Amino acid sequence: MKEFLMIALGVLIFVVVFQIAKASEYVSVLKGEDKTRKQNNKINAFMLIGFLVFGLIGVWYCNELYYGKTLFPQGSASVEGESLDLMFMITVAITGLVFVLTQVLLFWFCFKYQEKDDRKAFYFPHNTKLELIWTTVPAIFLTVLVVFGLKYWFKITGDAPKNSIVVEVTGHQFAWEFRYPGADKVLGKTSFKKYTSKNSLGVDFEDPASRDDIHVNTTMHIPVGVPLKMVIHSQDVIHDVGLPHFRLKMDAVPGIPTTQWFTPKITTADMKKKTGNPDFNFEISCDQLCGANHFAMRGVIVVETMEEYKKWLAEQKSEYYTLYPEKNPVQPVVVDSAKQISQVLPVKK
Amino acid sequence: MSSAATLQHADVHVSHDAHHEHHHHETFITKYVFSQDHKMIAKQFLVTGIIWAIIGGLFSVIFRLQLGYPEATFPWLEDLLGHWAAGGKLKPEFYYALVTMHGTILVFFVLTAGLSGTFANFLIPLQVGARDMASPMLNMLSYWFFFLSSIIMFCSLFIQTGPASGGWTIYPPLSALGDASTGSILGMDFWLVSMAMFIVSALLGGLNYITTILNMRTKGMSMTRLPLTIWALFFTAVLGVLSFPVLLSGAILLLFDRNLGTSFYLSDIVVAGKILPNEGGSAILFQHLFWFLGHPEVYIILLPAMGMSSEIISVNSRKPIFGYMAMVGSLFAIAILAFLVWAHHMFVTGLNPFLGSVFVLLTLLIAVPSAIKVFNWLTTLWRANIRFTPGMLFAIGFVSLFISGGLTGIFLGNSALDLHLHDTYFVVAHFHIVMGVASFFGMFAGVYHWFPKMFGRYLNNTMAYIHFWVTIVGAYLIFWPMHYQGLSGMPRRYYDFSSWISFNQFSGLNEFISFVAMIVFAAQLLFVFNFFYSMFKGRKVTDSNPWGANTLEWTTPINPGHGNWPGEIPEVHRGAYDYAKDGKEFIPQDVPVGDDESKH
Repeated sequence: MKEFLMIALGVLIFVVVFQIAKASEYVSVLKGEDKTRKQNNKINAFMLIGFLVFGLIGVWYCNELYYGKTLFPQGSASVEGESLDLMFMITVAITGLVFVLTQVLLFWFCFKYQEKDDRKAFYFPHNTKLELIWTTVPAIFLTVLVVFGLKYWFKITGDAPKNSIVVEVTGHQFAWEFRYPGADKVLGKTSFKKYTSKNSLGVDFEDPASRDDIHVNTTMHIPVGVPLKMVIHSQDVIHDVGLPHFRLKMDAVPGIPTTQWFTPKITTADMKKKTGNPDFNFEISCDQLCGANHFAMRGVIVVETMEEYKKWLAEQKSEYYTLYPEKNPVQPVVVDSAKQISQVLPVKK
Repeated sequence: MSSAATLQHADVHVSHDAHHEHHHHETFITKYVFSQDHKMIAKQFLVTGIIWAIIGGLFSVIFRLQLGYPEATFPWLEDLLGHWAAGGKLKPEFYYALVTMHGTILVFFVLTAGLSGTFANFLIPLQVGARDMASPMLNMLSYWFFFLSSIIMFCSLFIQTGPASGGWTIYPPLSALGDASTGSILGMDFWLVSMAMFIVSALLGGLNYITTILNMRTKGMSMTRLPLTIWALFFTAVLGVLSFPVLLSGAILLLFDRNLGTSFYLSDIVVAGKILPNEGGSAILFQHLFWFLGHPEVYIILLPAMGMSSEIISVNSRKPIFGYMAMVGSLFAIAILAFLVWAHHMFVTGLNPFLGSVFVLLTLLIAVPSAIKVFNWLTTLWRANIRFTPGMLFAIGFVSLFISGGLTGIFLGNSALDLHLHDTYFVVAHFHIVMGVASFFGMFAGVYHWFPKMFGRYLNNTMAYIHFWVTIVGAYLIFWPMHYQGLSGMPRRYYDFSSWISFNQFSGLNEFISFVAMIVFAAQLLFVFNFFYSMFKGRKVTDSNPWGANTLEWTTPINPGHGNWPGEIPEVHRGAYDYAKDGKEFIPQDVPVGDDESKH
């Protein structure tokens, strides 16, 4: 019924607009078409300048409303992201200036040079000097932006620092899994051919390096202040490890491992205080369309102090001994599974 | 140069055609259906494009309902979509199908075929002074391949497992594996076959446009006297002819991977618990092939809008376009750069960082010719005598949107910033403004400006003004705030954000955007109504040159027949932009240069 009323209302508005439009055509014939045209011209010129004024106010108002909701007031959660935020602000300043200048000129010219009976258009087909100015000035500004951009780009995409913690991140429809290299600091080999429903990452347990590797789902823990290197895999389609708080993302491509690294600079606990949100968590969002539940492919990164991280790591048991407990020479530490689950489940508000 | 010989050749062709016309008897079928008249083919492209635009726009309204009101149910959706909206709530699979089809339809069927197909067909022969395209037969085939492609794509909407739903960029392995997505079961095959037909259409059209522009200009119409519309359509056609075949090869390889067990794009895959045998392929290879078309495609969409806006701005400013040669040069520069920037869509695929840096440099270089164009448009308006016809308003809107959307490209093209912004709503806002809405504005400008030439009638001005103001205000209200969503990393192509801590703060904004989107869609229906109503009932054109324009199409009769000029094709004596020269308001191209005329 509500839909029916809405459609009826829509049709009614249409009919009214149409009748007005048709009537205006008759009126213009009565009044003289030239006169109507000139009147329309004035109205539209006035509306264009009004659009500029209200548009610029709107731009400012939109910023008031929504800037606080972006990630920028919180600051970057990674050391590398800080320089990107600075670069972002420089780009905003330059493009913002150009935006205001060109839009003001566009609409102001439209208003000022609207058709008038006593005005003659100025014959001005070209001017080499002017054209050179607006070729070179943008080129100079762009050079500055490119130089800054590439400096940070090469830093971020360059090799991870030697002291990085390495974690393997694997995406599949529709979840994230993580593998830590264990005490030997070497990840065991994997192959998609070794996949079984139990050995879901296809780890090659013949490889001795794999024996102490730790496998966790959905939530990864990392220490603050130490560079983290992610080695990224996908098992099925292309996914993307999106880390908005750390200002990074990298695709997970089946058959082609990728890497990204960053240095977290604030713990999850501190972030909860800073944002005043007790539910705050660093989230991994899948940023590459990967199927029906793409929008629910969520991971969590818990950034904690080195002590907390070491404690957490010590509580994890290796995947090999979880799958083959009979081969474990020592009794495993019991993990508080209820606690882990509470971190895994997304918080529905 | 052999231009004299070429012209002679054109003349021979012309007299032959004029002679032929006397014997030509037209039936309904040959006049309206299998027509070889470029003007009728243009109208066929336009009407098909409008139908697709309504479908594509409606899809966006439906998926915006889900984004704006994620908790609500709409029982009528179930009546409309059946099991895809069981209980009045859209299923994620179908949400993604709608997103995919919205992109495919708008990018290819509306803004490529509907835009280039319409205006290249309509304007090239009329503005270069030719009786028809170089090959009217291929031209007709171009439309019918497009029609066939449309039918196949339309049928795919009704497949039981749904149409393609891997995004309009159809990245494999998602698009290659039925186990990964229901849309990749049969919908994807339809998509690929439809696209193959579409590419054939684009190639037949493009070859014709290039040939006609190079060979069939009338006497005196040197390349530097061509209107900017023709230059833009020329570069568009060149881009299409050189890049569409690459997509075709990419699509065929994908068909092989899907149906013949090859491994071009597939390797190391476990899907739905099954280990696939494919090894050695590269999923990234497809992205290179796709974006080698995909990026030029952006300019295939944008350049005609630029060309038409340039022409319309100059005509209605009553002033020459500022810096004609710079305008042509910047179009050329954009066309060249269009081929050298494709990997900026792939900064986060694990691309070699050095290669990435080259693409950063080349991408940001595009800002230079773009800046030249913007400042030249502004200077054209400076000290003009501007008439705000509906076409002119849309051309001004085009410039405004091109600036707004172009500037955000500087963020995205800089790879370091792209790391944060890639695949977020910032990108959605950027390309919708600069490529989507801006090109639509160029297209609307063209329709309003050339409608009198197409149908011998005017569109209703009041409806046109309402259409313009609702659309430009609405477009900014929809897309401007999306930048802020992108700045919080909000990913595109999400069905629901409510369970995310990082992205759920925008539910109010999402509702607002969806609401405005519906109003803007209604305003487009007003345009469609105006279009079809005025086609039959609009005010009749009484002046063969209603806008006081210089280009040749206005030297034809009000309703030109097949062959365009009843007598000889006019000879051209000057460029297309002699407005306000020597105290004369305008001097059409076929007016000989007077002895006392000043040289510029």
